[in-house]
Amino acid sequence: MNVSLVLVATCGVLVGTGVFLMLERSLTRVLVGLVLLSNGVNLGFMVSAGEPGEPPIYGSAPTAAMADPLPQALVLTAIVITLGTTAFLLAMAHRSWQLHGHDEVQDDVEDASIRRLADADETSQGYDLDDRDQHGDHTTTGPEEDRG
Amino acid sequence: MTGLGVTALLPLPVLLSLLGAGAALMLSGRPTLQRWVSTSVLAAVVAIAAILLVVVDREGPQVLTLGGWSSTLGISLVADRLAALMLLVSSVVTLAVLVYSIGQGITDDDREAPVSIYHPTFLVLVAGVSNAFLSGDLFNLFVSFEMLLFASYVLLTLGGTTARVRAGTIYVVVNLVSSMLFLISIAAVYSAVGTLNMAQVALRVGEVPDGVSLVLQLLLLVTFSIKAAVFPLSLWLPDSYPTAPAPVTAVFAGLLTKVGVYAILRTQTLIFPDSDLTVLLLVAALLTMVIGALGAIAQSDIKRMLSFTLVSHIGYMIFGIALASTAGLSGAIFYVAHHITIQTALFLVVGLIETRAGSTSLLRLGGLARLSPLIAVLFFIPAMNLAGIPPMSGFLGKTGLLQAGLADGSPLALVLVAAGVVTSLLTLYAVAKTWALAFWRSPEQAHDMTTSMIDPDSGTPAERHGDHVHMGPVTFGPRDLEAARSLRADDDPDRDLHQLLLEDALPRRLPLLMTAPAAALVAVSLALSLVGGPFYAYTDRAAADLADRQPYLSAVLGEDAR
Repeated sequence: MNVSLVLVATCGVLVGTGVFLMLERSLTRVLVGLVLLSNGVNLGFMVSAGEPGEPPIYGSAPTAAMADPLPQALVLTAIVITLGTTAFLLAMAHRSWQLHGHDEVQDDVEDASIRRLADADETSQGYDLDDRDQHGDHTTTGPEEDRG
Repeated sequence: MTGLGVTALLPLPVLLSLLGAGAALMLSGRPTLQRWVSTSVLAAVVAIAAILLVVVDREGPQVLTLGGWSSTLGISLVADRLAALMLLVSSVVTLAVLVYSIGQGITDDDREAPVSIYHPTFLVLVAGVSNAFLSGDLFNLFVSFEMLLFASYVLLTLGGTTARVRAGTIYVVVNLVSSMLFLISIAAVYSAVGTLNMAQVALRVGEVPDGVSLVLQLLLLVTFSIKAAVFPLSLWLPDSYPTAPAPVTAVFAGLLTKVGVYAILRTQTLIFPDSDLTVLLLVAALLTMVIGALGAIAQSDIKRMLSFTLVSHIGYMIFGIALASTAGLSGAIFYVAHHITIQTALFLVVGLIETRAGSTSLLRLGGLARLSPLIAVLFFIPAMNLAGIPPMSGFLGKTGLLQAGLADGSPLALVLVAAGVVTSLLTLYAVAKTWALAFWRSPEQAHDMTTSMIDPDSGTPAERHGDHVHMGPVTFGPRDLEAARSLRADDDPDRDLHQLLLEDALPRRLPLLMTAPAAALVAVSLALSLVGGPFYAYTDRAAADLADRQPYLSAVLGEDAR
């Protein structure tokens, strides 16, 4: 099967940028990332579906020359589903903005509480080491001194 | 096959739920009528699933090709023994949860859970789950996953409160990524074998090069493992589930991960029977079991503890699937059915605790056994069942899996047998700790313990080592300390159970519509133990079908399968 290199490259770029944006903290960027990613995936679906051909309308062309209509129907379904998800995520970003004034993805409560404890210097030794890497200001106080 | 017969029942679980969802949406102005519609729809689905189970067990897999297209072109719905069992268990559980949520809606303030949206969404969720169990081709499976996921997004963020939006964001994004991965897998499967009908894929996948089929298998496995919360793809779960309303958490924990397990079971047995990934699956099962159980021990909130045990026990099912022997598959199927029931029951009971005592945090609870003996019994039975105390169904399921592991005999399988025993002991420790703290100590004791956490010198038997507080057999970690501190803070409106009891600020009795479904599910889990023999015989037959593949293939493809 011959595949158009341009399509494959476009697909790769879309998926790559999509994944990159989804790693962002802001939900709006995650959303844009999702849209790019899903377009990349849909394009990939079309690429993998076989060679292009005549429109698959009964009697309009010899069967062997027709394109495979099934992947197009599947991609159409996938597009509709992505549309719905995009709308839902947009609503969540809006709600998050209403509640917090920003649309950033929040931390897990467990992560957040561990970080708060780390800031209050009541940490286990293991965690303090991690924390020291992130903030230079903890480097001077060792955990042993804290415990006193 | 006759034109209209038993096969006409096949689409009904999906169709009835969807039509019911539409009707419930139209009746959103009339809550009583809406409740009757949704309850009767689910009751009908239970009846249909029961009939299907009997018929399928007697006559073999039933297939319906929608719209009369040939099964390789159109969408086919297939019910074999496994699918029929999953359908029956899931519909019983969802019916119980629906009745429970109706009971809760009557007492709770409806601001948090607008009932007019809740019922239609719940029915769409049921339709999606049923469709996933019945679907015979991969794209239909994708669509049903999307149906149930969409419903779950809405249910998880009901009311749009701060905590739910926070937990929902992670859940939604993780599931979106897994949906994209599923779509990529479908594209890869289609381009490799030119069909999406699972039976036909199963026949043709042998013709593609080994490397390609391995990639297809890995893609599908990763996709479904995210949904099934197999470690290391399980990290999203313990944070997402506990924030939802109790009945929603119950149905999520009971069902949604099991749909992923079902998909793994179906694809691994049907499409890739001679798997090269046995070792990978076994290692994933091992890590899922042990790390989940360790996480459960560290929790001070009952809902979070249960979420971790949920992850941990997914490991048992993956273990059975990885063994791929009839005994292993049979054990896995038994364990799935058992676990759906008790995990849902446990979350419903935790909802009862929340209603009665105002919290699910172990720092605030105490003396529940005296306060409400009914809750104590309802919690104790499924909790012990989860830990696998004989003679309950959890013990039967684990024994079956461990025997299958011993029969397999490979070193890794033996390690997993040991890990299975350890995990069940760790689970026992986690639920026993919960039991001791929430049910057995008095509320005053709980109050004293919590307050003494902050001042370890106040004369109570608490020992403090660094950031951990030891009290008798129980250790509280840094997170508990912080929670205890927030309990002490003057501006905190939350009070622990002792203070609430002093102020007489708790509801006196639980609504019957909440206790009855929870009790019914506990009874079902006990019934599973009572009929353990015949039930195991059924799962053995189901597993034999899966291992043989031929019944499924011939039912879908007719004579072409030979």
